[in-house]
Amino acid sequence: MISLTHFLIVSALLFSIGLYAVLAKKNAILVLVGIELMINAAVLNLVAFGRYDGALYGGQTFALFAIVLAAAAVAVALAIILNVYKHYKSINPDDINNLKD
Amino acid sequence: MNINLILFYVLAFTAVGSAILIVSMKNLVRCLFLFFVTLFAVAGLYIFALADFVAVTQVIVYVGGVLVLMLFAFMLSNKLLLNDLRSGLSGVFSIPSWQAGVVSLGLFVALLGVVSQLAVSEPQWITQAKEKQLYIQYHDNTIHHLGINLMTRFILPFEVVSVFLMMALMGAAHLARKEKQTS
Repeated sequence: MISLTHFLIVSALLFSIGLYAVLAKKNAILVLVGIELMINAAVLNLVAFGRYDGALYGGQTFALFAIVLAAAAVAVALAIILNVYKHYKSINPDDINNLKD
Repeated sequence: MNINLILFYVLAFTAVGSAILIVSMKNLVRCLFLFFVTLFAVAGLYIFALADFVAVTQVIVYVGGVLVLMLFAFMLSNKLLLNDLRSGLSGVFSIPSWQAGVVSLGLFVALLGVVSQLAVSEPQWITQAKEKQLYIQYHDNTIHHLGINLMTRFILPFEVVSVFLMMALMGAAHLARKEKQTS
């Protein structure tokens, strides 16, 4: 039986890599990939702790919900990225500095 | 060191290594396909936490849906995206903004601190579950329990998530539609 600490360290690594991608990348699609990495790290934590919830399976159930919500978020975010690209001809987050007026 | 632990380490190194390659590579298409590798490895890690249904869902939803959607969005934008948008730095492990590296490294150290706290003082419910053998065993029928719990105890979040998913997909379709020129 693999201990909880192993899972937690792997997910901490994935989370920090995702945060780095979100902060440093100059491409909106890669920023989205970073967010997905962070969500995956969180789901890994949910599943690892859910192992000890043998009666209710709360961790695994909410891991499923989190995966579904992440998929919905990706659909909306990609639609927004396509619109931004149509408007600015660039998906560098640094270039996007105007609101609609 | 048993075979379980070796396989776990192989999967963990695959996941973390391909994630590091994602943030260090410059070619967007390679990044997206490496993301595929990471998602598969993380699905393998879910199986080691005895969450086989979550792993299958991960493969179906992420690899089948999200990744294809990302590739699709990438193909719809033009060739300019293939070029590297950063300038100046080169090399495999170039750090484009060291501030981001400092912030994420700091977060990692903080998370390691929390994990070491867990090793010192375990939460009470985990200790109780270990004593009473209440944790999920290898021979448990996870999908059976998961289905019953989804339809009884977690029915409200299940319905809320389904309505939310429908709203999000309608919103995405609305956002992605072509604008009429007359407006």
